[in-house]
Amino acid sequence: MTTKYRKQFSNALAQHEVRNNTENVINKLRKHRLAAFPDQAEWVNLRRHSTAIRVNAISKLPQLLEQLEINLQRNGIQVHWADTTEQANQTVLNIMRFHDARFVIKGKSMVSEEMGLNDFLNTHGIECLESDLGELIIQLAAEKPSHMIVPALHKNRKQIARLFHRQFPSIPYTEDISALAQAARRFLRHHFATAPVGLTGVNFMIAETGTLCLVENEGNGRMCSTAPPVHIAVSGIEKVVECLDDVPPLLGILTRSATGQPITTYVNMISSPRKPNEKDGPTAVHLILLDNGRSRIYSDPELRDTLNCIRCGACMNHCPIYKHIGGHAYQTVIPGPIGTILEPQKNGLDSYGELTQASTLCGACQEVCPVSIPIPKIINRLRWEHIRKNSYSTSGAGSGRRKTEAIIWKIWVWNCIHPGAYNRITSVATSMRRLTDRILAKISPWTTARAVPRLPDTTLHERLKALEIDNE
Amino acid sequence: MNDTRNTILNRLKAASSDQTMPSARDISNSVNWSSNYTVQLFRTQLQSAHAEIYDATDHSWLMTLQHICRVKHLKNVLLSPATPWGKAIIENSANLPSLKYYDNPVENWKQSLFDGIEAAFTSTYGGIANTGTLILWPDSQEPRLMSLVPPVHIAVIEKTKIYNSFAEAIKAQHWSETELPANMLLISGPSKSADIEQTLTYGVHGPKELVVIMV
Amino acid sequence: MIKTESRMDFTRASAGPKPDTVYLFGTCLIDLLYPQAGVSAVHLFEREGVNVIFPQTQTCCGQPAWNSGYRDEALAVARAQLKLFPRPIPIIVPSASCAGMIKVHYPALFKDEPDEASVFDVVNRVYELTEFLTDILKVNLTDLGEPTTVAVHSSCTARREMNVADRIDSLLDQLQNVTRIEPDNAEECCGFGGTFAIKQPEISTAMVLEKAKAIENTGAQQLIGQDCGCLMNIGGALKKQDSQISHVHIAEFLWDRTHKAKP
Ligand code: SF4
Repeated sequence: MTTKYRKQFSNALAQHEVRNNTENVINKLRKHRLAAFPDQAEWVNLRRHSTAIRVNAISKLPQLLEQLEINLQRNGIQVHWADTTEQANQTVLNIMRFHDARFVIKGKSMVSEEMGLNDFLNTHGIECLESDLGELIIQLAAEKPSHMIVPALHKNRKQIARLFHRQFPSIPYTEDISALAQAARRFLRHHFATAPVGLTGVNFMIAETGTLCLVENEGNGRMCSTAPPVHIAVSGIEKVVECLDDVPPLLGILTRSATGQPITTYVNMISSPRKPNEKDGPTAVHLILLDNGRSRIYSDPELRDTLNCIRCGACMNHCPIYKHIGGHAYQTVIPGPIGTILEPQKNGLDSYGELTQASTLCGACQEVCPVSIPIPKIINRLRWEHIRKNSYSTSGAGSGRRKTEAIIWKIWVWNCIHPGAYNRITSVATSMRRLTDRILAKISPWTTARAVPRLPDTTLHERLKALEIDNE
Repeated sequence: MNDTRNTILNRLKAASSDQTMPSARDISNSVNWSSNYTVQLFRTQLQSAHAEIYDATDHSWLMTLQHICRVKHLKNVLLSPATPWGKAIIENSANLPSLKYYDNPVENWKQSLFDGIEAAFTSTYGGIANTGTLILWPDSQEPRLMSLVPPVHIAVIEKTKIYNSFAEAIKAQHWSETELPANMLLISGPSKSADIEQTLTYGVHGPKELVVIMV
Repeated sequence: MIKTESRMDFTRASAGPKPDTVYLFGTCLIDLLYPQAGVSAVHLFEREGVNVIFPQTQTCCGQPAWNSGYRDEALAVARAQLKLFPRPIPIIVPSASCAGMIKVHYPALFKDEPDEASVFDVVNRVYELTEFLTDILKVNLTDLGEPTTVAVHSSCTARREMNVADRIDSLLDQLQNVTRIEPDNAEECCGFGGTFAIKQPEISTAMVLEKAKAIENTGAQQLIGQDCGCLMNIGGALKKQDSQISHVHIAEFLWDRTHKAKP
């Protein structure tokens, strides 16, 4: 059966330029990560520590959120809660309207992607401008990010050069990466200086101190959160950590896992709006805490591990499936292995359940995950949810159940629990192998790239019986 | 709004389990490096992140600053007139480019800050060796945008305030017991991006150059 | 709840005494497609003085259903296998993915089932073939074959679930006339993934073609592995491209090179 996703994946596999670009960048990211963890014992320790920090924070999530809220408010940061992306968008719009603002400059934020914020604000007459270089490229091309950390990784410099030349005809055509970056700098600088509102994501929220941490290299996150008079931060509710001491290990493992850097150029820890007598910084800081299905994921002790993610991207960088099909093929906000488990839980197995099939369960994702998320285990669990008969809390559970498939499995079970029948069938298959070979040759998905496996003349059961190997 | 808040929190609380959690802080990562090694590591880490480093002493740092301004052909430098460093610079401004003071709320001069200032000089709150990081604690004297908007950021750091790791700095400087600034900053090099083909390029939105004077 | 590195923490007293009898769990794939791998495993054990029991009523470990989300079905099949190994002796599985199914996933599959306790008795006796040969039997191999070069593909389960990927290398390195060549990107999945190859054949094809190319580039004469699923996948792709590289399971390769042919 050719499903929506299979078609999508086939299309993606046919995009050779995208595949080349993706693979090039991914190979670099893998190399950088490997070099960043030269000492296996140190990695094991740091990972254990980081995992414990996240598990601890998630286990106390409601209490930490309350503590965070109290401390943020005490510091003068306004806290808004949103159950859905609609509510979150509406909150942003209300803040914009309150300040009479029709333009917002944005730092990189996956949560704003999840909200579909740009489209929403556009329909309400508000213009959004992305300022992260990768996000800007994506916005200019009217596309979606294909990676969490490197949003435009599917584009090479030539494509970006053409894009910039189309969008900024005054700038001479160049394929020089630093010239392209300088063009973006010149274009955005004026907007940083004049934007009435800046919006960013958040990497960690510290409950103990009421602090928002933003991690970045370019300085656009700092610009968006410092230059405009109003700063809006959007975050999923799961990004909270208990205390300041939790930040160094998480920060270290995040940047090393993501790009191999010991630290990003900027770590921006925001604890309040501009204080009296201060000369810059926004006078109003808002934090929007988005649920959007996270509390439902939270309700299941096994699925809950999904929320430990610190969005480093290592799982996608090491995923052979992601490498081949690229981020867009997932048709989700977050691609790759973490997207494979997160998106069906958030948006329903009925529309995204087939994504859980996009895995060989090879375990490369879990192996590199800095917070030890057992992604293959959760994929397995979601495959079960997808086809199980009695419904369950994951929305869309049971939607993937197909009668024929269920019957095939029933027959398989019957065969496997009736050794007499099993042995007869396997024996017949091997003894009539000329016929079975011909049948096997018809399984076209297998044989497009592979020769038909030749059946031997007898089974292992028969051979060992012939050798008089003990039966019990 | 409050309803939403309570709905979310109640859902989370209903699901909260009373499993005992592993202590998140049972691993100490403290190291025992000599101060020489710490300073050396700080230097190499920052250098590998493309920062320029100058060694100076309590007496020579002003000359170093003059030298930096000269070789970079700076026409002006933004600084705080209130810090001891700023005061010393003002007293010895003969061989320096035109000095600018951040003595006005940014709203009053934003455009000239973005377009007219070539460099800023700031102090630092400390340093982190294993990542090659400057700690900045912006306040009314040295506002946040100083280390962000001008294309060149010159920072001075005292070697005695360099800690082995971020965790050590937090502990030694008692961050947890202090009222944190509006915007605590860790800076580890000039602004950069690898968003195109994972190829590094410097000076994207923040400073194109980070110059560190170690005293 | 995450138990940190739960899939990776497999420490076991490897210095256990050499058993005189073991069970062989042949796996359905070997049964039907690569029986000589199973036969070779028996020969290797017997040469070390270990007697082999092969319960004729064994079928499949249940992995295909488990990985497809058909848990009830997997449970029924797994339960039928559980009863076949009553004696307190090791159970050897010539496939890391089937060994991993039992060792890592049976406890989850049988969780809260009435027979949950009996699972651990079986789980603790399971060894992957190369693991058993090196760690328990500590075999000493004498190579009788002609000089040859081989490329190894260790399965993802051998690497990341059973943590035994180095055993196949050390076994091959005992063979004097065998040169082992590491293919590029050796740790990357070959794209088999059981039902994945049927459900997402396009991606699977892209993956296996890349893997086959890496193997081809080694210029080796044979492809060796400890999992027949991967071997069938990569070997099939190699054969389709008329490659000269044949594929063979480690047990069969070891036995062929180390025993004197009957006169
Ligand atoms: S799941 Fe793990 S590896 Fe993937 S993005 Fe999240 S933290 Fe990183």
